[in-house]
Amino acid sequence: MSLSKIKFDKKIVLSFWIILIALIIAAPTLLPVFRLNLLGRYLSLSIVALGVDLIWGYTGLLSLGQGIFFALGGYCAAMYLQITSSSEFPNNIPEFFALYGVEKLPFFWEPFRSPVFTFFAIWIIPALVAGLIGFLVFRNRIKGVYFSILTQASLLVFFNFFNGQQKLINGTNGLKTDVTQLFGQMVGSESMQRIFFWITAILVIAAWFFAKWVVKGRFGNILIGIRDDEPRVRFTGYNPVIFKTIIFSIAGGLAGISGALYTVQSGIVSPQFMTVPFSIEMVIWVAVGGRGTLLGAILGAVFINYAKSLVSEALPASWMFIQGGLFILVVTALPEGVLGWIQGDGPRNLLQRFGLKRKIETYPSLEINNKEGNNE
Amino acid sequence: MELLLDSLFNGVAIGSVLLVAALGLAIVFGLMGVINLAHGELMMLGAYTTYVTQLIFKLPILKPFYNSYIIVSIFLAFIVSGVVGILLEKTIIRKLYGSPLETLLATWGVSLILQQFVRSVPLAYGTGLVISLLIGLFLPTTFPSKIKESINFKYFKFSSWIFAALTGVLTGSLISSSVSKLSRASARNVDVTAPSWMRGQVEIIGTAFPKTRLMIIVITIISVIAITLFLNQSAWGMRIRAVTQNRQMSDCLGISTEKVDIITFGIGSGLAGVAGVAVSLLGSVGPNVGGNYIVGCFMVVVLGGVGNLLGTVLASFGIGIMTDLIGAGRLLSIWPDMPLPLSNTINFFATTSMARVMIFALIVIFLQFKPTGLFPQKGRMVES
Repeated sequence: MSLSKIKFDKKIVLSFWIILIALIIAAPTLLPVFRLNLLGRYLSLSIVALGVDLIWGYTGLLSLGQGIFFALGGYCAAMYLQITSSSEFPNNIPEFFALYGVEKLPFFWEPFRSPVFTFFAIWIIPALVAGLIGFLVFRNRIKGVYFSILTQASLLVFFNFFNGQQKLINGTNGLKTDVTQLFGQMVGSESMQRIFFWITAILVIAAWFFAKWVVKGRFGNILIGIRDDEPRVRFTGYNPVIFKTIIFSIAGGLAGISGALYTVQSGIVSPQFMTVPFSIEMVIWVAVGGRGTLLGAILGAVFINYAKSLVSEALPASWMFIQGGLFILVVTALPEGVLGWIQGDGPRNLLQRFGLKRKIETYPSLEINNKEGNNE
Repeated sequence: MELLLDSLFNGVAIGSVLLVAALGLAIVFGLMGVINLAHGELMMLGAYTTYVTQLIFKLPILKPFYNSYIIVSIFLAFIVSGVVGILLEKTIIRKLYGSPLETLLATWGVSLILQQFVRSVPLAYGTGLVISLLIGLFLPTTFPSKIKESINFKYFKFSSWIFAALTGVLTGSLISSSVSKLSRASARNVDVTAPSWMRGQVEIIGTAFPKTRLMIIVITIISVIAITLFLNQSAWGMRIRAVTQNRQMSDCLGISTEKVDIITFGIGSGLAGVAGVAVSLLGSVGPNVGGNYIVGCFMVVVLGGVGNLLGTVLASFGIGIMTDLIGAGRLLSIWPDMPLPLSNTINFFATTSMARVMIFALIVIFLQFKPTGLFPQKGRMVES
């Protein structure tokens, strides 16, 4: 599955970036608050989609459990916010603890009093958990469908755990962040949300460049090698376990950042982030956008979620049909995704079918009629 | 002793639902390397079939046979889920052969559509649709071979589909006009009531067992025996085993792998339907009923290994018994005066959801030692 890249002029690239940055700066004034908030959320989801693209599009590991890392990041951020703004509650701990008769902050939440620790925890903890799960699975050469259903099972395990532990993490109610304070500002306030939008936009671009850097060069080549023929990579002397573990924990870390950003913009983190459908949806964003094209993951996440909110507002019952159809359609008819189709031979083939473009000369006709050459 | 028996029985009951459900999944996975994420929804279809059958048997004509509706519904559920499974195989899964991850995603799409289908389509018309599918798929195969080989076969096929569609619409409207409960779409959960002979309890060696659970165990035993006999004694069973072992070689030897795939997928889906009947006896039936069991089934497949019925049986009973032991905190009642830290740990895990956490941890530990399950397939190929 090699995608021929379209090369752009430097000027076009530069003007694209200028327009993009202008749009990001202007977005809060152009869009109503509600839509801006939605856009911010979808942009943060595109970071987790980038992670999915790294592990699925480049390495061929279909994880159905990215929700775990997404929610872990969200919980880290939400707990920090809850703890720092809990000074008026009894025992100086978040309000919900009192409901279950807990008087002391559970020990593992203690470090979350520090903003620096939280800043690192948001992405390191999910990355570590992902690395651990990944290592245990990859070590035994469990792969393919087995890997997918094991990640799904671990997702369910985390869901059950977080859902059942009221005394530690408020169980099924989750942690609210919109009425908490950050640096003396209400997190749910309009000005804060605008800042979060900008942070999200910057981080999406940063994550995109990071992912591009990861898949570039030899490391990226090995990832693609693992996707296309893992035994051969192993026989060549590389240890796929290490590479798979690293890329899986990178994806986990990205999911954590994404979860934290999503949480502060949606105002709550709950075990609902760890439900099975949500994690599979992440995969479909990438599949529609184009797997193996990092930009496709971002666009897919934003556009599909936007479509979802529009359709659900208009016709609530039909979204499930559309989504189900999308899953089937994209894997049967458009396996490379929209962006992959555009970057590949898709548009030309379509034009050829309607007779609007000349067919490319292929091997036998080249032999016969050499002066035509190929028009690529 | 009594406690142990009780626990064992509960474990076997949990395990037997898992077993029927996972059996179909395991056979299909062994044969085609495909995990069907819509398997839970095929179970749901089976459960709804039970519900529809029950309501139809309440009609005056069938009222005298009401008590036997559950037996009838087992066969109907097998057929309904099997037909939907065959359609699924013919339209989607066959196209994705050789790319199991894509199949996973496509079947998830199917499961979403099926869930929304039972929410937004009245069950009466759903029944009609299934009937027309059944006729449309099977009527052409019953034609005499003279017609089948003739050049006009496609017209015969087409007309049989028209006939099927008409019959479906007719039965749909017939059911919808005679059973008012089925004429409206509803997202609410429905309840299947067991016939009177299945209510109550049976006493064996001083312990009372609920009859419904015994019935489920009986259904399980019969399905396992039937499948074993089919796979080991019949000609198609032999072909299925051959294709499971080596697809290319069987193809070369003249086995129609296409037909084998259809038959296996149909049987696997049909077993999901039978599992749905069992599930409908345990609790209320809703669009999401399959999701509660499906991950358990996957764990059975992972633990049991591929292409081995014994592995599936052992894995599901193992998981069932462990779920009951951990989830109900039974170790504590068997050994009441254990040291405090241990009993605290056991109490911590003594809920259904925490038992799942524990069992998954145990499975992952187990896979560290036997990564390909209890009974791995032997071979010398590099897995790819």
